[in-house]
Amino acid sequence: MKPILERLRSGDILVADGAMGTMLFQRGLQPGQCPESFNLAQPAMLEEIASLYLQAGADIVQTNTFGGSPVKLAGFGLAAQAERINRSAVACVRSAVGERAYVSGSCGPSGEMLKPYGSVDEETLSRSFREQLSALIDAGVDLVCVETMTDLREASLAIQAAKSISPATPVMATMTFDRIPRGYYTIMGVGIDKAVEGLTGAGADIIGSNCGHGVDNMIEIARQIRMLSDKPIAIQSNAGPPVQQGERVVYPESPAYFGDRTAELIAAGASIIGGCCGTTPEHIRAIRRSVDAGSRPRA
Amino acid sequence: MDVLKGIAEQVQLGDDERVHALTAQAIEQGMHPTAILNDGLIAGMNVVGKLFKDHEIFLPDVLMAAKAMHAGLDQLKPLFAKEGIPTRGTIVIGTVKGDLHDLGKNLVGIMLKGAGFEVIDLGKDVAPETFVETAVKANARIIGMSALLTTTMPAMKAVIDLLRQGNHQARIKTMIGGAPITKAYADQIGADAYAFDAAKSVDCANALLGG
Repeated sequence: MKPILERLRSGDILVADGAMGTMLFQRGLQPGQCPESFNLAQPAMLEEIASLYLQAGADIVQTNTFGGSPVKLAGFGLAAQAERINRSAVACVRSAVGERAYVSGSCGPSGEMLKPYGSVDEETLSRSFREQLSALIDAGVDLVCVETMTDLREASLAIQAAKSISPATPVMATMTFDRIPRGYYTIMGVGIDKAVEGLTGAGADIIGSNCGHGVDNMIEIARQIRMLSDKPIAIQSNAGPPVQQGERVVYPESPAYFGDRTAELIAAGASIIGGCCGTTPEHIRAIRRSVDAGSRPRA
Repeated sequence: MDVLKGIAEQVQLGDDERVHALTAQAIEQGMHPTAILNDGLIAGMNVVGKLFKDHEIFLPDVLMAAKAMHAGLDQLKPLFAKEGIPTRGTIVIGTVKGDLHDLGKNLVGIMLKGAGFEVIDLGKDVAPETFVETAVKANARIIGMSALLTTTMPAMKAVIDLLRQGNHQARIKTMIGGAPITKAYADQIGADAYAFDAAKSVDCANALLGG
């Protein structure tokens, strides 16, 4: 495989995968169970999910390690298993996708707030990220994805941890913005300008946004990032804010809607497009179709 | 400067040291603890709550304000106990079983404490039995439950069912909230109140307790 940054530089649009949690819940993950524990208990299931996203047309498939940092795993009493959990996650995805897709090592927030707002200090978080990312990188991911961040300090710690372990491993870093009257901000008060500056400054190669409030907001977010940066932009939207439908709560934005909006996302500047909460292989298939229809043939 | 106004202002600025000092000063001047609480600490937190709701400030500001409020509240608590001033009642809160998202729940705790309630925070991933047992033991008037995941919402109903089985539902009211929660869902599972956000949870609690 050509290195991912080379492909992005040559103007390729890459498709990333969709939700992991949604797929795991459909396959028996119980509320309160640690999703990452499946990496050890149910490796075949994780291979299956990776295969489904690959078949749907994803060029980038993520590991099930969003909550795989020791600080986060400690909530389940699994901190000591961090290395095994992360390594196994990479092995599952790699075995499913081989060299047909990039394996992206997911690294989500620690769940703790940094001092003075919370109780955890930078050194502890940094060590926790290093432990997770060392395992992911050593197990052979093609890139690292620091995602769903709302605190720029925490995001920077994770990016720097990855770069200190392996400067050559590409780092994608995405934050989650809310739309408020004066613009897009994370709940911690990070605006798009500060996010672009901070993520880039910390060493991210690809920047962008994930989760959030649906695709239309993401189009605007991509536009605003593009005005401030020439880094490749990754957008992984959730399928809209969840709404009530009878007894169930569902994510409203359909695969067709994602497909329809893909061209606009590309026009806004995004070159990696995937999904977050509530998206399925069908969403990714729709994005794939739009990308193929609108761009050059796949290499 | 009016010391109570000063307390309110310093709570808004999140300066715990100054809130501590001003609260001590107010106590020394012989002000009534209830006045210090209502016109100083709560007044300040109310402004913070409104600014947060209006997106004028962000989470870090709220957390710093809460810290400052506690610097004052901690000095008042022994006085309330000594003078036998009843609190507004006890509320047990927590994020329901299976859910580890406690940001919203923490904000609710801050606001309820700021409004003078005794709050027992059970944390996250709280089992239905724990909610009910704690509330019964502490003679709590309200159980407040939070969920962020759509998949954990049914755990709220489990708590309400347990309360009914134990015949506690007349005495212990339930209030629920969280991103995917709606008024319709609250009605559907038989919760007594739906709190749209942390600021609203105080109104809900007041309404449930009849004042």
